[in-house]
Amino acid sequence: MSGMLGSTAAIVGPMFAATTADVSVTHYLVVGAILFTAGIVCMAVKRNALGVLMGIELVLNGANVNFVAFASPYLRGQGAPALGLDGQVIALFVILLAAAEAAVALAITLNFYNNHSTVDVDRADDLKG
Amino acid sequence: MTGCLMLAAINFHTLLFYLFAILACGFAVGVVVADNVVRMALYLVLSLGATAGLFFLAGAEFIGAMQLMIYVGGTLVLLVFGVMLTAQAPFVSIKTSPGDRVLAGVVAASLLALLLQAAFSVEAWRRPGVGEVGPPASTPVGMALVGVRVDEASEEAPPGVRSGYLLPFEIVSVHLLVVLVGAAYLARAKRRRTPRAIEVAASVDPAAETRRQARTAASALAAGGSR
Repeated sequence: MSGMLGSTAAIVGPMFAATTADVSVTHYLVVGAILFTAGIVCMAVKRNALGVLMGIELVLNGANVNFVAFASPYLRGQGAPALGLDGQVIALFVILLAAAEAAVALAITLNFYNNHSTVDVDRADDLKG
Repeated sequence: MTGCLMLAAINFHTLLFYLFAILACGFAVGVVVADNVVRMALYLVLSLGATAGLFFLAGAEFIGAMQLMIYVGGTLVLLVFGVMLTAQAPFVSIKTSPGDRVLAGVVAASLLALLLQAAFSVEAWRRPGVGEVGPPASTPVGMALVGVRVDEASEEAPPGVRSGYLLPFEIVSVHLLVVLVGAAYLARAKRRRTPRAIEVAASVDPAAETRRQARTAASALAAGGSR
């Protein structure tokens, strides 16, 4: 009983300590790195063209997390430089360009599907020399 | 009593950050792992929504709201429409080969190690935030988009001195217009071309077909001979 209690405390204690500390820019950078890596792997591995598109969205989103973290007045540590408003506006432009890119890529995918009756990107080898 | 003390000591900003961060990263990994394209779309919606929560926690309310409206409300609906239009039974889940998965895992691990090393490398980024509470950020963003930087205005430099984002804003809006017109042109329903009379005659005349084949063979022979 006491052993179980001790192990629970050993798990909960560091978690509790982590929730009392303040968030820094590095926390956001780690999240952005994980999102970016997931997106890169998604782009490389998926054979469905729409899966590749979703990977691109994840990559852009990971970059956005970094921009917003560097722009944030809350997360800036003592004496650390900050992007200020620039980061937020760049994140906004990235969201807009991601929407435009998704529209065009979806149109291309639908065209490919109409011509080849598949969305498997491995079958898109008509331009292979 | 101790529970009350623990509750009072918890930093809810940090707690919510961990909640949204785990949701965003977990569903992003779910997008990679899932084979079914419909599940991938669902996980992507949840991951992007959790990221919007992270933006709210970083004090970027306007960006978070735009993330929810444009990404989750617009782009993802577009993607789901794509999934529905192309979701024939064999393409709902296209499996990746195990060798590719292992290779991707190795590449992902090394890339992640590189990025994490970069994230932890600067000491100033690791200091906890000082937590200055500023005004809601949508007004400075809107003013910057029309060309006035109210956030950097001071007594000696009035707001009009520093240029805002009017030119990039215009470029992006025209770009969006051109791109959407192009997308509509690319994805339009194509009318099947009616064959012309001479092609119909050629296709029903067997003699014409054999003549055409003979011509092709002769030209191929000539090409081979000249080489």
